[in-house]
Amino acid sequence: MIHFVLLISRQGKVRLTKWYSPYSQKERTKVIRELSGMILSRGPKLCNFVEWRGYKVVYKRYASLYFCMCIDQDDNELEVLEIIHHFVEILDRYFGSVCELDLIFNFHKAYYILDEILIAGELQESSKKTVARLIAAQDSLVEQAKEQASTISNMIAQATK
Amino acid sequence: MARDLAPEVERLLQFRDPNIRKKAALCSIRIVKKVPDLAENFINPAASLLKEKHHGVLLTGIQLCTDLCNISAEALEYFRKKCTDGLVKVLKDVANSPYAPEYDVSGIADPFLHIKLLKLLRVLGQGDADASDSMNDILAQVATKTESNKNAGNAILYECVSTIMTIEENGGLRVLAVNILGRFLSSRDNNIRYVALNMLMKAIALDSQAVQRHRATILECVKDSDASIRKRALELVYLLVNESNVKSLTKELIDYLEISDPEFKGDLTAKICSIVEKFSPEKIWYIDQMLKVLPKAGNYVKDEVWHALIVVITNASDLHGYIVRSLYRELQTAGEQETLVRVAVWCIGEYGEMLVGNAGMLNQEDPITVTESDAVDVIETAIKCHSLDLATRAMCLMALLKLSSRFPSCSQRINDTIIHYKESLVLELQQRAIEFNYIIEKHQNIRSALVERMPVLDEATYSGRRAGSVPAAVSTSQGAPLNLPNGVAKPTAAPLVDLLDLSSDEVSAPSSSGGDFLHDLFGVDLPPASSQPGGNHAQKSGTDVLLDLLSIGTPLAQSTSMADMLSSGDENKSPADILDKLGSPSGPPSQASPPVGSSSMMDLLDGFGPVSSVPENNGPTYPSLVAFESSSLRVTFNFSKQPGNPQTTYVEAQFVNKSPNAYSNFVFQAAVPKFLQLHLDPASSNTLPASGNGSITQKLRLKNSQHGKKSLVMRIRIGYKINDKDVLEEGQVNNFPRDL
Repeated sequence: MIHFVLLISRQGKVRLTKWYSPYSQKERTKVIRELSGMILSRGPKLCNFVEWRGYKVVYKRYASLYFCMCIDQDDNELEVLEIIHHFVEILDRYFGSVCELDLIFNFHKAYYILDEILIAGELQESSKKTVARLIAAQDSLVEQAKEQASTISNMIAQATK
Repeated sequence: MARDLAPEVERLLQFRDPNIRKKAALCSIRIVKKVPDLAENFINPAASLLKEKHHGVLLTGIQLCTDLCNISAEALEYFRKKCTDGLVKVLKDVANSPYAPEYDVSGIADPFLHIKLLKLLRVLGQGDADASDSMNDILAQVATKTESNKNAGNAILYECVSTIMTIEENGGLRVLAVNILGRFLSSRDNNIRYVALNMLMKAIALDSQAVQRHRATILECVKDSDASIRKRALELVYLLVNESNVKSLTKELIDYLEISDPEFKGDLTAKICSIVEKFSPEKIWYIDQMLKVLPKAGNYVKDEVWHALIVVITNASDLHGYIVRSLYRELQTAGEQETLVRVAVWCIGEYGEMLVGNAGMLNQEDPITVTESDAVDVIETAIKCHSLDLATRAMCLMALLKLSSRFPSCSQRINDTIIHYKESLVLELQQRAIEFNYIIEKHQNIRSALVERMPVLDEATYSGRRAGSVPAAVSTSQGAPLNLPNGVAKPTAAPLVDLLDLSSDEVSAPSSSGGDFLHDLFGVDLPPASSQPGGNHAQKSGTDVLLDLLSIGTPLAQSTSMADMLSSGDENKSPADILDKLGSPSGPPSQASPPVGSSSMMDLLDGFGPVSSVPENNGPTYPSLVAFESSSLRVTFNFSKQPGNPQTTYVEAQFVNKSPNAYSNFVFQAAVPKFLQLHLDPASSNTLPASGNGSITQKLRLKNSQHGKKSLVMRIRIGYKINDKDVLEEGQVNNFPRDL
């Protein structure tokens, strides 16, 4: 199972974290600090797997972002590389040529997408189309709700005028 | 919470919306992990999920089944019987499915599903021949048909190989798997190689022959630029080593050691040393390899390794000349490597005359001429080198002492060097220098006996101790019998321990600080039980020291055992202490300030005097005995025995003052080993007039439970006040007549 997902920028800023195992707040910061140091200092030609504290951390660099996932010793690392790629492709499809800025300004959407791909540290959906459809459905719900809210507030505003 | 929601989640597993179903499946995994008892409830719904068409639900269903099998054996059985065939069919369909854009990843349809299916098949096939049989075809198909130029394909192949390795034996498939791994190993991609090395470590357990074929490639990986790969490759090489390939492998590794990174050197050195130790076909090869490793990476060699090396060296007596000459040569070039210097200095000290005399030349050696002063030069350079630590320099001093005895012509020069260190600011060096100087100047007669050749260390017991099987802790509070793993183990181990143990019981003399008394007498630090081999080594020598001190034998035996104990424990303070005790035989009795230990030992030497002068006494009567004599005091024991009670001896102790001052507050204390019982009557008075004008008598009763087997031995301490100054004298009485 995947224990956590971290997205770290080249400068060491954390863009997204998702934890599938219990880690206290202090532990989380410690983990982030340790792994950032380890992964950011690795050269480009080295392999994408790091052994850390008895777990394996699989990371992949996309432009200026490092996507890291921590897995158990007996998990398939190449599979996790594929999962990371899967995630990035879906993000790309959704945002249209995603860049780090998109993730910074729409981090909530990034979390929704991640939740559609992974639950409890396991892969949920292998079809990009399905995920895209689900997120689209969610977005339309959000839009609807916004509209609802705006009409009601209009009504109230008018009523209390 | 998990229990409360479980039924709800179970219901949702059959919901109409596939999205809900797949989320429910993953949620069930979490629940089942939290509360394994609920696993049974989920078995049936999970099985039905396996028949789904929707890939998402199928994926999560498979994952749920896998986790259920891992948690509950019942589930495992159920799935094995009912679902294996179905799963094989699903895998077949997926593998053969035409291009589907929705699930396509770089040309392969839904690799995630492939991988999950292979994982579940692995769990089901492990340990079960039938299930494994049914999978063989599809596994072969996947292994051969999957393209491996993309990561997705490689991921599937990796999973497939892992499954083949885990399920029941099938020769053809295994060969296929190892071939795939071989292909991975020679791939350019670091990830693939890493993964292959990982897999090979597991494959070795099953089929080491096949893995041996790839040895060359693996050796290449040890030199790779990627640290993770290097680490994995080194571990794999370590597993691959056997008697036939150890020589070539070690050669490669040692060559690499020179150019490797500092972080990696530590690991590499440790691995090389353990390979060499386990698999060396002959001693000379082992020593040769270590001689190569030490100059290159001496600083990374752990203590236990070079201790073991020394054990081997002492055992290889025909190679001593060769060893010491090679070490001498290495030392010229690589004098900065700590461990090398230690081993070399020790060997030069021990076998110095072989170095100079070119003794025991082997065929392949070039002759070198080393004069005595060259050898001394080398050691002096080492001792002056400030980058070497204290233990090494202390060892150098010890070696110089040995050489001063073996090379009489250089003795003066060595003495000068040692004198120089008498003013050293480092306590250990200063202490040693003072003591060694004393030996050289005043004790010429026993010097050669002191620094005689070390006895051969017993390899078997040493390696046993290293394995931690022999507890070598001397703890006075327990007084546990000590297993002394020493080639010179004396049968008198028991009294040693018992004497130490005495601190807690039988000191019948009125002494409140009995324990300290004994500690002081021995003057040896007995560190608390430490289980490190390095510590053990030091302790072993420490206890040797004690052992030899108390060995109940002739004085001659005692001096040779002194030699042993002195030359053992190079890194040990206790020899130094013993030498300290040998220090000044005719020194004035200690006053209040000097350490109690030294005074006791001065008296110990004194004890030698009267011992040698008292004639061997085997008569049926028991003559009186001068138990203790110093320049200020004489103690005489008169013995008597009750007829019919041979175990009990009555002793009347008589104290005579030899000095012109009277003593007051006179107190006599005694301590005996466990097999003796001592009872002290009150003394006749506690003032001792001067110059033998009167005496104090005190009666003692000794009961020997080992009468006939062991003779009496006793340590005594006498305290008195002279001119308002407190004085303490201690000694050991060894010269009881044998049949007491």
